[in-house]
Amino acid sequence: MRTLVFPASFEQLDPIREFVGQAARDADMSETEICAVQMAVDEACSNIIEHAYHGREGEIEVTSDFRGDTLTIILRDYGDPFDPAGIPEPDLTCDLEDRRVGGLGVYLMRQLMDEVKYEQQPGAGNLLFLVKRRRGTE
Amino acid sequence: MEITTQHFKHCDLLTVKGRVDSYTAPKLVEAIEASNKKDVFKIVLDLGDLEYMSSAGFRALLVGQRACKRYNRGEIVLARVPKKIYEAFELTGFTPLFKMFDDVTAAVGSF
Repeated sequence: MRTLVFPASFEQLDPIREFVGQAARDADMSETEICAVQMAVDEACSNIIEHAYHGREGEIEVTSDFRGDTLTIILRDYGDPFDPAGIPEPDLTCDLEDRRVGGLGVYLMRQLMDEVKYEQQPGAGNLLFLVKRRRGTE
Repeated sequence: MEITTQHFKHCDLLTVKGRVDSYTAPKLVEAIEASNKKDVFKIVLDLGDLEYMSSAGFRALLVGQRACKRYNRGEIVLARVPKKIYEAFELTGFTPLFKMFDDVTAAVGSF
């Protein structure tokens, strides 16, 4: 298990993707799986920065935990509660004018990971669990 | 991320390199708006050297495409979309919203 703490700013998305990408690589995941983990974590952290901290200063604690064939990335923040489950799925069949600009990040997160779970711990911040199981080379 | 803009007779060619995420996407929005401000609404985005794009990039493309297509004055077309990025286009249902070309010349020539 490895944990790194990043300042909650968009500038940190690059090093955050690097950190979880390495965790996925260490877990022997395929290139597609590594990209999926990186993108899902990017979307989750972007939401934390935007909707939990509203651009204010803060921290995102990123933990990677690999057991068996399952990589779990745990994101902890101390901003306002933001449960991705409350975000409706975007309609991907709408034409250009009716296409909603929001909701895409959460949708991608759910598509790319096997499990997305949100938990609020009183006094211990908001926790988001992003779970990806290794399927190996396809 | 790095964007360079080249002006052609019938369109602008924007070459986007590197990674587009929430940090860098505003620069993509600005580059498209800069063309629009010069009354150029026919735009080719060369994504051949794009390494990564998150939903922030997709939002930038959506907003840009809406502005360009308004009043039938133009559109954004894409050239050399990397396989990895194309998969994200499919996942987000964005493929029907953009014409895609395998090479830049064909994309520029389409205007």
